[in-house]
Amino acid sequence: MDLSIDVVNERDKLIAVLVGEVDVYTAPKLKESLLFLVKKEQTMLEVDMTGVSYMDSTGLGVIISVLKAAKEHESQLRLSNLQDSVMRLFHITGLDKVIDISVSIREGR
Amino acid sequence: MTDTFDFIEMKIPAKAEYVGVIRLSLSGIANRMGFNYEDIEDLKVAVSEAITNAVTHAYDDHKEGEVTIGFGVYADRIEVMVADHGGSFNLEDIKGKIGPYEHVETVESLREGGFGLFIIDALVDKVEINNEYGVIVLMTKYLQETGVEVDANQLSTR
Repeated sequence: MDLSIDVVNERDKLIAVLVGEVDVYTAPKLKESLLFLVKKEQTMLEVDMTGVSYMDSTGLGVIISVLKAAKEHESQLRLSNLQDSVMRLFHITGLDKVIDISVSIREGR
Repeated sequence: MTDTFDFIEMKIPAKAEYVGVIRLSLSGIANRMGFNYEDIEDLKVAVSEAITNAVTHAYDDHKEGEVTIGFGVYADRIEVMVADHGGSFNLEDIKGKIGPYEHVETVESLREGGFGLFIIDALVDKVEINNEYGVIVLMTKYLQETGVEVDANQLSTR
């Protein structure tokens, strides 16, 4: 029930690959990791959520705070490959209209 | 016919690391009852939101409390009770701060919290909250075969 976060460096962007569950226990670690990445000016950060099997409002809080930080540092944030149950949460809360969510397939894999 | 039910009660320390343990138990109970995958996912999120609230309040108050979770297993529904005997919150206050993003607004004005109750309400059939003594959240979700409630939220296929 833990969460692993691996960062892959690609030519024009960073990809944070998440595997596991995002909840009140794992959210602080995720927040710290993602904030660190977008605080470098003009970073393009893609968060690959293929492996996220569970997420709740604590995860939404993390994403919002990372989005704010990204904007402050002229960075960009994109979420990709969300499982249906996770996508549903963004849909219910209306956050899918605010956050860049794509189904892009990762390069080189 | 009397409305008989089995009752399962669990108590956890009000700590973040135990929320996932309840999710596993809930998943097992709901699966045994015949809930489908999607409804089990909804239940997991709703119940976790309630426990997260309890755990967060205990943490904010620097209290080492416990959270009690009760599962009422009925023929046609599950009732999950989450009791936090820490502090009470003002329900009206909280209701005023929840809801989806309608016309957003700038990124800077986005709320980082306050979704919990709103999400619970969206994912289960009925939510009742009692905050006379601590906070008790009671959530009910029906098995779909009974046709009591059909979820209007269509899953986005994007």
